[in-house]
Amino acid sequence: MRGHVLRRIFSTDHKVIGLQYGFTSMFFLLVGFSLVILIRWQHAYAGQALPLVGGLLGETNAPGGVISPEFYNQLGAMHGTIMVFLGVVPLAFGAFGNYIVPLQIGAPDMAFPRLNALSYWLYLAGGLVMLVSFFVPGGAANNGWTSYAPLSDIAAGHGQTLWLGGMLLLIFSSLLGAMNFIATIIQLRAPGMTWFRLPFFVWAQFITAFLLLLAFPALQAAAVLQGMDRLVGTSFFLPSGLVVTGQPADVAGGGNALLWQHLFWFLGHPEVYVLILPAMGIIAEVIANNTRKPLWGYRLMVYSVFVLGFLSFVVWAHHMFLTGMGTAISAFFQATTMIISIPSVIILSALILSLYGGSIRFNTPMLFALAFMPMFGLGGLTGLPLGLAATDIPLHDTNYVVAHFHYLVAPGTIFALFAGVYYWFPKVTGRMMNETLGRIHFLGSLICMNVIFMPMFVQGLAGVNRRLWDGGAIYSHAQETLSLNVPMVYAAFGLAFFQLFFLVNLLVSLRAGRVADTNPWEATTLEWSATSTPPRAHGNFDRPVRVYRDPYEYSVPGAAAGFLPQNAD
Amino acid sequence: MEIPYTTEVRPDTGLTNPKLGIWLFLASEVMLFGSLFSSYVLLRSGAPTWPVQHEVLSVPLAALNTVVLIASSVTMVMAWASLAPHAAAVRDRLRSPNARAMASPAEASAEADSLKRYRLFMGLTLLGGAIFLVVKAIEYGDKFSHHLYPATNNFLGLYFTLTGLHALHVIVGMIVNAYLWGPGTRMWRSEPERFANRIEVAGIYWHFVDVVWIFLFPVLYLL
Repeated sequence: MRGHVLRRIFSTDHKVIGLQYGFTSMFFLLVGFSLVILIRWQHAYAGQALPLVGGLLGETNAPGGVISPEFYNQLGAMHGTIMVFLGVVPLAFGAFGNYIVPLQIGAPDMAFPRLNALSYWLYLAGGLVMLVSFFVPGGAANNGWTSYAPLSDIAAGHGQTLWLGGMLLLIFSSLLGAMNFIATIIQLRAPGMTWFRLPFFVWAQFITAFLLLLAFPALQAAAVLQGMDRLVGTSFFLPSGLVVTGQPADVAGGGNALLWQHLFWFLGHPEVYVLILPAMGIIAEVIANNTRKPLWGYRLMVYSVFVLGFLSFVVWAHHMFLTGMGTAISAFFQATTMIISIPSVIILSALILSLYGGSIRFNTPMLFALAFMPMFGLGGLTGLPLGLAATDIPLHDTNYVVAHFHYLVAPGTIFALFAGVYYWFPKVTGRMMNETLGRIHFLGSLICMNVIFMPMFVQGLAGVNRRLWDGGAIYSHAQETLSLNVPMVYAAFGLAFFQLFFLVNLLVSLRAGRVADTNPWEATTLEWSATSTPPRAHGNFDRPVRVYRDPYEYSVPGAAAGFLPQNAD
Repeated sequence: MEIPYTTEVRPDTGLTNPKLGIWLFLASEVMLFGSLFSSYVLLRSGAPTWPVQHEVLSVPLAALNTVVLIASSVTMVMAWASLAPHAAAVRDRLRSPNARAMASPAEASAEADSLKRYRLFMGLTLLGGAIFLVVKAIEYGDKFSHHLYPATNNFLGLYFTLTGLHALHVIVGMIVNAYLWGPGTRMWRSEPERFANRIEVAGIYWHFVDVVWIFLFPVLYLL
C-alpha cells in the first residue's frame, strides 16, 4: 500500500505530473493573488491598519496592522516572481503542456519520463524556497521582481539570496522540461502526424520550449554572478564609487549595473512570450472546436509563431530605454519591437477571422476565449507606446506599464488558462464542469479585472509610479486619479469572490459533474480519441494511433459527421 | 507501454531520444557560458585598467590542463569505440533462446576483451578529469596563498566564477562516467545497445566540457 502511494506521488506518468504541476501552480497563483490584494488595499488606504488579517502578518511586517514599507516591497517583488515563475508558466507550460501535448501527438508519454518527474520536483523545491524566504530574518526579496542591481546586490538579509537560489532551481526545472518537450514533439509523434498536422497548441508549446531552453540560461548566469556578488564579495554589478546611504561602499568596484539588466531582460522578454504562446495555443484549440470550422490561416499562424519566437530574442533592451544606454541602441530595439507586433497581430487576426461564418457554441471555454481576444488586443495595443523610446520615457515604471502587461497576462493568459481548464476537464476527469457556475465565474472575472486594470492606465498617464507604498499620495498633480484606488481594491475583492465559483465548480464537478463520454465537445484532435482519464502507466491509447488528417477537419463538405478526428481513416 | 526511440533511431529524424536530448541540453549550456563570456567582454571593455592576465595566472599549468582534458576526450571516444561495434552482436546473442550455445569461444573472448578495453579507457578518462581538478586546485591554492581572491578585482572574480562553474561541469561529468565505469556497466549484459548509447551521450557532454575549457584557456590566460 505504501509503495503504491509513493508510486503515485513520485509518478513518472506525464498525466500525473501534469496534474501535480496544475495543482501546485494554482496554489501559487492563489498565493500571488493574495499578496496583490494586500498591495491594492495598501494603495487605497495607505498607512491605515489592515482589518481582520493585519494582526496575522506579524509585528515586523505590519506593526499595529499597518503594512510597513519594507514588507510592501516584499509583496511587490514576490507577487511578480510568484505569478510569473511559479504560477502562470508552470500552469501553461508544465501542466497543460505535460498533460495535453503527448496526447495530442499520439505519444505514450514524454520522451524522458523520469526527467519529467525531476522537473516537477525541482519546481516544487524552488517554489518552497521562495515561500520560506518570507519567514527568514529580513523577509523575502524586496527589490522588485526584476531584482535590479546594485540594490539587489547590497540588499540586507537573506531574502535576495534565497530568491537567487530558488530561481536557480526553477531554471533547472524549466531547462529540463523544455528539453523534454522538444525531444517529445520531434521524436514521439504518432505515424502520420506530420509537422503540419500538429494542432496549433503543440506548435505553441514547441516554440515556448525553445524560448525557455535558450533564454533562461541568461538568468542562470546572472543569478550565478549575483550570488557571487552577495556571498563571495565580487563586484560584477557594483560600479566603482558606489555610495550607499551617504557612505562610500566598501567594494572593489568596476562592475556594471546595466549588465544585470541586459542578462535579466535577455530572459525576461522571451519569458513574456513563454507566458502568452501557450495561451494562444489553448485559445486556438477552443475556437476551432467551438466555431466548428478549421482555423483561418493555420499555416500563417504557425509561421508567425516561429517569427515571434525568433524576434523575441532581439527586443529585450526596450525595457531599458531609460538607462541611458544610447540612442543608437534604442533605435535598434524600438525597430525590432515594432516588427514583433506584426506576427502577434497576425495570430490574433487569424483567431478573430476564424469566427467569421462559424456557428459558434457559446460554452464556458468559448466565452473565455472570446474575451481573451479583445483583452489581449487591448494589452497589445497599449504596449506600442512603451515600445517607442520617446513615449516610453514618461510612461516608464508608471501604473500604465502595470495595466499594459496585466491586460496581457490576467484577462489574457489567465483567461486562456481558465478556458483550458473548462475545455480539458472532461478529458482529465470524465465529467463536465458546471456551465452556470462557469458563466458566473467568467462574467464576474471579466468585469472585476477591467475595473482593476483600466484605471491604472489613467493613473499611469497622470504619472503615478508603480512602486509607491503610499499609492501616489505624494504626487500633487495626480491627486484626482488616486480616488480610483478604492474601486480597484473592491474589484480585487470581487475577483477573489468570483474565483470561489471556479474552485467550487472544480471540486464539486470532480465528484458530481455530469458524466462525459470520450469526446464530449465533438473535437478532432487526438486527445479526444483516448479514453477519458487515460490510464496512468505510460500509454494513452487503447490501440496504436495512426493519423490521416489535418488537425481541425470540422464541417467538411460531404462528410457524414460534422467533424473528422485526425485518426479517422 | 515502452517509450519508442530510446535505443533505436527514429527513421525520419535520424535520432534517438537521448541524443537529441543531450544536444538540446548543450544548446542551453552554450547560452549559459555564452552569457558569462559576454559578461566578461562587457566588464573588461568597460574597465579603465585590466590586469595582465598571463602575469596573474599560470599559463604552463593551464596548458598542461588543456592537454590533459583533450587527452581525456580522446580516451572517452576510445571507450565508446571499444564497445559500440559489438553491441548489435551481443544483443542478438541475448535475444536468441540458446544464448550460450551461440557464442563461439573466439567471439566470447573478443567480447570480454572489448569490455576490458572499455573499462581501461573509461578509467583513463576519469583519471584525466581527476588530474585536471587536482591541477585546478593547485592553481586556486596558489592564488589564495598570494591573497588573490574573487573579491580582489573583477578579473579574478570572473576567473574564479568561470573556472569554478567549469570545474563543476567536470565533476558532474566524472560522476556520470564513474557510474558508467562501475555499476552502470551491468546494462551491457541486458541492453548492450542502450549502454553504448549512454556512453556516447556521456561522451558528447564530456567533449562539450572540453570545448568550454578550450574557450576559457585563451580568454582567461592568454588574451
